[in-house]
Amino acid sequence: MSSLTTSVTSALGSNVVRDLSDTNTIIAVNDLKVYYGDFLAVTDTSMNVPEKRITAMIGPSGCGKSTVLKVFNRMNDLVPSARVEGMVSYHDQNIYDSAVDPVAVRARIGMVFQRPNPFPKSIYDNVAWGAKINGYRGNMDELVERSLRQAALWDEVKDKLKDSGLSLSGGQQQRLCIARTIATQPDVILMDEPCSALDPISTLRIEDLMRELVEDYTIIIVTHNMQQAARVSDVTAFMTLTEGRSGTLAEMGPTDEIFTSPRDPRTEDYITGKVG
Amino acid sequence: MNAINSSLVTTQGRLRRRQIFGSIMSAALMIATAFGILVLIVLLISIVRDGGHTLNWNFMTALPSRFPDRAGIRVALLGSIWIMVLTAFVTFPIGVGAAIYLEEFAPPGRITTTIRTNIANLAGVPSIVYGLLGLGIFVELLSMGRSIAAGALTLSLLVLPVVIIASQEALRAVPDSIRQGGLALGATRLQVVRAHVFPAALPGILTGTILALSRAIGETAPLIVIGAVAFLNFSPEGLGSKFSVLPLAIYGWTARPQDDFHAIAAGGIIVLLAVLLTMNMGAILLRNHFQNKQQG
Repeated sequence: MSSLTTSVTSALGSNVVRDLSDTNTIIAVNDLKVYYGDFLAVTDTSMNVPEKRITAMIGPSGCGKSTVLKVFNRMNDLVPSARVEGMVSYHDQNIYDSAVDPVAVRARIGMVFQRPNPFPKSIYDNVAWGAKINGYRGNMDELVERSLRQAALWDEVKDKLKDSGLSLSGGQQQRLCIARTIATQPDVILMDEPCSALDPISTLRIEDLMRELVEDYTIIIVTHNMQQAARVSDVTAFMTLTEGRSGTLAEMGPTDEIFTSPRDPRTEDYITGKVG
Repeated sequence: MNAINSSLVTTQGRLRRRQIFGSIMSAALMIATAFGILVLIVLLISIVRDGGHTLNWNFMTALPSRFPDRAGIRVALLGSIWIMVLTAFVTFPIGVGAAIYLEEFAPPGRITTTIRTNIANLAGVPSIVYGLLGLGIFVELLSMGRSIAAGALTLSLLVLPVVIIASQEALRAVPDSIRQGGLALGATRLQVVRAHVFPAALPGILTGTILALSRAIGETAPLIVIGAVAFLNFSPEGLGSKFSVLPLAIYGWTARPQDDFHAIAAGGIIVLLAVLLTMNMGAILLRNHFQNKQQG
């Protein structure tokens, strides 16, 4: 066993594994194909994402992890050449149905990006804006405080809510982005390599935060970092590349099984560091 | 050890040549900068020497006269201010609106690309052509006559492409991650543009708009075509008034044979430059104001 595998399995030990038997599927993907122009970026991908669990998507660069993530909240619509085939249902409703408004989808399925992207506005406004445009009518001060507390940022910013969101450190900015996503009260939070631009301490804070948030939210995280997937996720989806350089789902299952006894040889090769 | 030391202090060969080339280039670039500034300084000195003594309250407030010592710039100054304010009010909403549509909403495709390219071409059309267009449309077709309204609308046509292009650049400079962040919260495109993209682009948009207006304030040709006059002995009173503008008055004075008129023409140039500087200063202040608002 390589040292990498050892560190991944020891990371597994720190994970508080949640039971997968009593959870429903919140997002179901059936025979997904994603094209960018003529290029088939993702193919033959079907998966069930469990509700109120953390699902990690891992795999080599260019295997379509982020593409699949963006399919979940229709952010792919913003890429003019992108085309999606197959069925993606959220609570049994096909989100690619022509009657579905992508704006409504994104209000329920929020997203945190790879690089923190707070709005060039005050910390308070960063959190309040999403809630306001989604028609939140309650006490805004309370919501902002609650969201910032949930994002484990409140104590650091409570005395400077009027300061610009850009004045915060990278890790704080990312937690601010999580807070603003929480404030819109979504069902699902998508995270696209949320820690790749952060230092190890900030990374651990975000991981702790994910473990708290999963009590109320479904989280899907794309990560390059296998230890991170092992540390935080309940379910891991391993994506890989086909012969034709399209991304595809190789295997998905409970995180400890994927890391200790993968069924697909490609998963094993990747996890033990033979490829990727 | 010795080898490393000598290679670090090389004074010959390739490194040396690169250093010399670098010094020559930076000197050349400095001369290029100095050239523009020097010419401007010489111009300013000669104008102030010629016209500085003509500047007084009487010059600012008097009507034109055939006696140089009684002639004033009041009518042209007021005309220029009227025209500028109106042009700003017309170009800002239309120009910025067009830029927002083209950058944020227009579906990508051949039509959008064609429009974008042609706006850049429009910015290069000689101003006299816009004058003729204004004469045809505003003065004749819409029967506005040789009025301030016709003049302002004509200049608006002239600067619109510049305002649109500057605003497009400013919008393009707003990082896409801000748009994505907004859309991912369940906002519509319009909400994202209104709340985040436009405010972030506003300093750039304002700078571009005011620079475009500074160009308009110096324009003479299109206004001559639509009938602005160099000598008018009443101040503009409204949109329908006949009018004169600063560069036209200056031209009128320099065209006269008497030296005293040349002196007050120089005085007029100083006034024109002062108006220009005020406008640019305003642009900088506005930009700083909105930039601070963004950061704070």
